[in-house]
This record gives sequence, C-alpha cells and structure tokens, in this order.
Amino acid sequence: MSTVLTDAAPGAPRPARTGRPGGRTRRPRPWSVYLATGTALFFLVAVAAPGVLDTTDPLALNLSQALQAPGPGHWFGTDEAGRDLWSRVVHGARPSLAIGAGASAVSLSLAVVLGSLAALGGRVVGPAVDRLVEVLFSFPSLLLALLLVALLGPSALTQAVAVGVGTAPGYARMVRGQVLSARGSAYVEAAVALGHSPARILRRHVLPNALRPLVAIMALSIGQSIVWASSLSFLGLGVAPPSSEWGALLEAGRPYVAHAWWLTVVPGLVIVALALAATTLGNHLQSLLERRES
Amino acid sequence: MSVLSVRDLNVGFAPRGGATRDVVHDVSFDLEAGQCLAVVGESGSGKSVTARALVGLSGPGARVRAGRLDFDGADVRTFTGRDWRRTRGARIGFVAQDALVSLDPLRPVGAEVEEALRLHGWTSRRRRRARAVELLTAVGIPSAGTRAGQRPGELSGGLRQRALIASAIALQPELLIADEPTTALDVTVQAQVLDLLEEQKRQGVAIVLISHDLSVVARLADRVLVVSGGRIVEAGRTADVLDAPQHEYTRALIAAVPGEHTRGERLSPAPRAALPAPRREQRTGVVLRAEGLVKRYATGRGTHTAVDGVSFALRAGRTLGVVGESGSGKSTTARLALALTTPDEGTVELLGRPWSAAPERERRARRREVSVVQQDPLSSFDPRWTVERILLDALPRSSGGDRESRRARVRELLHQVGLGEDVLGRFPLTMSGGQRQRVSIARALAPEPSIVVLDEAVSALDVSVQAQVLDLLADLQRTLGLAYLFISHDLGVVYHVSDDVLVMKDGVVVERGTATDVFEHPREPYTRELVSALPRLGLAAPEETR
Repeated sequence: MSTVLTDAAPGAPRPARTGRPGGRTRRPRPWSVYLATGTALFFLVAVAAPGVLDTTDPLALNLSQALQAPGPGHWFGTDEAGRDLWSRVVHGARPSLAIGAGASAVSLSLAVVLGSLAALGGRVVGPAVDRLVEVLFSFPSLLLALLLVALLGPSALTQAVAVGVGTAPGYARMVRGQVLSARGSAYVEAAVALGHSPARILRRHVLPNALRPLVAIMALSIGQSIVWASSLSFLGLGVAPPSSEWGALLEAGRPYVAHAWWLTVVPGLVIVALALAATTLGNHLQSLLERRES
Repeated sequence: MSVLSVRDLNVGFAPRGGATRDVVHDVSFDLEAGQCLAVVGESGSGKSVTARALVGLSGPGARVRAGRLDFDGADVRTFTGRDWRRTRGARIGFVAQDALVSLDPLRPVGAEVEEALRLHGWTSRRRRRARAVELLTAVGIPSAGTRAGQRPGELSGGLRQRALIASAIALQPELLIADEPTTALDVTVQAQVLDLLEEQKRQGVAIVLISHDLSVVARLADRVLVVSGGRIVEAGRTADVLDAPQHEYTRALIAAVPGEHTRGERLSPAPRAALPAPRREQRTGVVLRAEGLVKRYATGRGTHTAVDGVSFALRAGRTLGVVGESGSGKSTTARLALALTTPDEGTVELLGRPWSAAPERERRARRREVSVVQQDPLSSFDPRWTVERILLDALPRSSGGDRESRRARVRELLHQVGLGEDVLGRFPLTMSGGQRQRVSIARALAPEPSIVVLDEAVSALDVSVQAQVLDLLADLQRTLGLAYLFISHDLGVVYHVSDDVLVMKDGVVVERGTATDVFEHPREPYTRELVSALPRLGLAAPEETR
C-alpha cells in the first residue's frame, strides 16, 4: 500500500528498527536455571510416580539395619526403625508439595480478594480491609499459624490453610498496589473515555494487568510455603508421624541428631534444594515477564 | 587555536560478544572560543552519543575512534579516567536535558554547586558557600541564598535547569556541552535559559548545543551540523543552513516545523491521503459548549483552583487550540471536556444537551461522540493487547455487525491513519512513536466521534513525524468534519493547526480570538511575552522551504 508511511524523512538513512521487536536481545540463561529445572523435574516425578525413584517400601521396617549411615545400600541412610531414608524422602515429596502448593493457593487467593477489596472497596470497605491486613501483618505469621492449628487440629489441610493465611498479608499489599496502579493508568482512562462500563474495565484491564505479576510470585511462594509448612511439622503441628512429609522427617530425626546426623541433615537439605529451585524458577519467570513489558 | 577540534569521530557499541555497530560515523568539526556549534537531529540520529563521546562519557561497551580529538590542544584520546575527572567540571561543563534526574534529589542545589568547587580545589567551606550563592544569583535564581538550601524537588523546572547550569559553569569552563538544555521547559523559561547560555557565550565560553529544536538552534548557534543516521548531512553557518538548506533531509526538517508560515499548508512531503468517504452525516454548528468552568483540587495547603471561569464553544469542523505553560490548567480543561472529571462550577454541553451535569450512566452511551488522543500513546494502551484487539475494543457495541464486518472496520481505520494491515498482530511496544500515535488516532476515530480532544498529542514526536501526524489530522478533519480541541504547550503547533485559540495562564483564559489575531496582534501582556519568547526560525521564507 503506497500510503503507508515510515517515520524517516525521505532520503534519510535510518538504522533499521523493525528487525528487532522491542529491541530485545536474547541472553543466555544462567546455569542455575537449568539446575533448578532439573531439580524441579525430579520432584515432580517423585510426586507423580514415587515408585519410579524409590528403592524399597518407605514404610518397610528392618530393625537389623537401623540407623545406618548413608552408603551404597541406603543412599541417604536408614532411620531408627531401619526404614530407607531415600525412599521416604521420595515418598515425602507428594504431601510436602501438596501442602506447599495448597498453602500458596490459599495465600494468593486470599491476597487477591483482600488486595482488590482494599484498592477498589471505596471509602468504607477499602480502609477497613487495609486495617485488617495491617493487623494480620503485625501478627507473627508462625503465631497465626499456630493459632489456626490449635483451633482446627493438626492435619495436612489445616497446615496448608494456616501457612496460607500466615503469608497472605504480604501478597495482599502487593496486589493492592498493582490494582491501584492499573486503575490509575492511561489505558484505563482511555477505556473510560470510550464509554466502557466499570465492570468491563475491571474485567478486561484492571484485574488482568494487576494479577499478571502473580504468576511468577506463585512459584516463589510455593518454595516459601514448603519451608513454613515444614516448620509447623517440625513443631509437631503438621501431619501425623508415619507420613514422610519432610518437616515430619526432620522432627522424627531430632532425637538422634547427636549420632545419626543424616536423619535431620538430609531432609533439611532436600527442603533447601526445593525452595531454592522454586525461587530460582520464580525469579527467572519474573524477569522474563518484566522484559516483555519494558 | 580551536577549543575543540574533532576529525573523523566514530562511535560504536558492541553488544556482548557481538561485532561493533557504529552509530556515529566520520564526524568532524572545529569549535572556537565564544562560539556555539549546534548538533541538530532527530531521535536516534546519534547526536547525544556524539556529545557524550566528547566528554569521555560514552559508557561501557562503547568504542570511540577518531582521527583527532583535541580539547584546547590536548589529545583527549589518550586521557585516562583520572585526566577526565580533572577536566570535566573544571574545564568542560556538561548540562543534561532533565535537571530533575541529573541532580541528586536528596542534596540541596547549593551543595550541588559547592561539590563542583570542592572537587576542584576550593578548600574553604565559607568561600565555597559564598561562591555557590553568587553563581545561583548569576544564573537568575531569585533569593539564591534561600534557594541554595532547597532540594531539586522543591524547585520549578526552570529553576532546576538554571541550578544545573550554575554547577556546570561554577569553575568557568572553556567549553560547555548542553544536551537538549531547554527541551523540558516552558517557552518563557526556555527564553531565560537561552539568554543565560548566550551570556556565557559572550564571555568567551565555547558551546556545543545538542538539540532537535531548530528554533532554539536559530537563536543561539553560530554554526550548525545536521546529523541523520549518525552522519553529518549538512554543515555550515546557522543562517545559511536554515535559510538555504542544501540537503534534502535538512529541507524536509525545516519544512516540517509548524508555525505562522505553514498555516493551511502541508508539513510533510507525503501526498494527501485518499480517505474513504465519511460513514455518516457531518454535524454543523457548536458541538461542545463550556460555560464558566471552575475546577478546584484539595492540596496540602487548602485548595488549588486549576481552572477558573473557562468558557468556550467548539464548532464542527473547526480546531480550537488551547495553549499555555505547565500548570495553566489546559489539561484539566481537556478532562472537563471529556467529562473525565466534573466541574465544581459551570457546565459543559455536548450537542446541545447537558454533558457535565448528566449522570455517568447516561454519559457512557454518549461518550462515543467525544474521543481522546493522549500524549503518551504507549501508556494509553493495555500492554497485553495487540493493535487489532485495541481497535476492536474501541468499536462501539451499538454498531453491532458480525466478527468479519468488525474486522473489516478495523482495517479501514488503519488505512485511514496510514498504517498497513501488517501491524494488526503487533504490540504497540514494538512500534515506533509515530506508528503508536497513529494507532491512538485510529482508536479515537473508531466510535465515529464528532469531537476529538488532542491532549499534547504530538508533543512527544520528532519534528518530521509530528509533521506527518499533523497532516494526517488535517486530512481527517477535512474528510470527517471533526471538531478538534487541541491542547498544546507548543505555540508553533497551535498556530499551525488552530482556527481559534485560547491562551491560558494560572487556570484563567487570558486571551481568546482567531489564531491570526492572537499570534499577530496579541493584546494581553502575557500573550505578548509568550509570542515574543517563541524562538522563531523566522529566516526560512516559504518558497525556500518548498
């Protein structure tokens, strides 16, 4: 079409601009991302099909092999009842990750509701929700979780809810800020000027733009939630002992810490590895999204 | 001997692990004491990169090569970081574009000036302080003693820019490099800053002025380099270059500057767009009428009256220009016309019916009559949406039609604003400034409005792109019979586009009339000051710019 114009004045040589969309350059991914992806894949297999990775039944007792140090037969050693720690860790992935994912789902849902209400609730609801979030904030998260466990009794579900509620206020703050900035943006003003209804603007512009950063935050929050959930289990406020949930494993190994270090160190390292992997992936995802936006 | 002597300067950037890509090619010039050399070009032309290379601030990854790069007889190509630190500030001053980001927000401006003195051997604190106040006074900052203790955020844009200049000239440098020193300023303040630079020149300081604004250049520069694509396309005495440009690019650039001599003429060499016939009957008479508008905002110290008793009538097919400096209330006036905010007093009527007084629910259905084109197109689009989605979303629901006819309408809109269908799937982020503003105009046209409010709609564009967009707006007005409420701080642009003009100051309309009356025979002192402060090309007669 001959009427298509470019920005260049005629005869003016101009560096080509069209070739690179948005001027982005592809940067090599850091090795940590590959490592984190590998770790995450391993845990996902452990969740989906623990039978592929385990060496024995995680609950099989064998008192003759009790408290063996890590070695060729038992990669992570055995506990006081001769159960294979490697298999227990593998089977523990499912409850641990379920609690972690459940907790972050609870946390983020709550955050979205509270944050949106705080930002959009007008002159009565908004400040009220603000105060509620501040009260929750000033309450130590662990104490809040303890309170909930005390009220509802220890179980995996309680644990997820308790951790979720405990970590929600921070995210609620973030959501509130995001919603406010989207609502004050020029594109929302443009939509108002086009005569779109407030409900449509909220649905089409404000919420999608405000919630987009949460995708990356979700990954970060799973790692954090697992650490929190493990702390509850360690305090004996989580799932009941025969389960191989990692926090419970830590707690079970605590009496033997002096002469069977692996019972506490190994589950601890596993928790650290998963939290690190989740955080690394979350950060990477976030920077990918940000690069798309800037 | 020249203060600055440059031969075959090349500046390139090497992306990590990539080959060097030159953005400045073979730039040569000499600059004498007491002279001003202007480097003129549009964004991406390499003018700022050139300026930074001259003071050794090209940044990491830059490769600077030159046949000669002498400052006052010394070969600066051999300069170490330490040599540069001794030279910059003391012998070469640098004035950046935006003083707000160039000054430390937590440090009082007086301390900023003192810092320059302290780094270059002024050991006595008392003498430094006295000298700083003296400098701030010299650059025209009133009650400099008090101002010296204030932070940049507490000063207006003009005062900040002057403080920045004060710190640049603190040690009486031989060379001053000014990178778009007046771009962020209102026209009357710009005039004061230009006077200040002129005074420096008279005292024998050599100035390299980087600018995209030909009128600023005309006022200050002795010689001009016109750069495009990193190369000098034309060089010569300012009067020669502006009066009788030799290169095609320079000619297009000069012809693109709107102002008194361009009224009713096209600014860009592109042919008149062949636009489809309007889809509906055109309106006549007054389409928007404002009576005695007052808008107040609560501030920390009581209320601030942003708009005070503004009345106007906007007629179909005509352009009403609203011109004023920052804080004059022109943007609030635009928002009142759009009913994005309600007036505290006064009324707005749209097509003879109440507009400002109508409830929002009722207004919503009538909003398609008034569209808006905002200043920064990029932020006015949802970042997640493609051009096609943006335009589909703007089509009025009442127009109905199936998916295919709506898409056909979107393509028609793109055609109207001179864009191809290839942009449908693109995100505004990946488009150039001119293309984005065209999409923004297409969106404004989508509801088939009677009125388009243009709030600084061309202010962020390069002059040649601005010329194309202004031409497009003129074509659209002619074909579609649109009424424009054209808000701008740029007098030349307003003069070029407007039939009638309102001049605003501190929320009040100080003068109104036809564009010719207001600009040729200003009655009010403020308008006179505004018009006289407008740096003019004034040299280029129309026949020479054709």
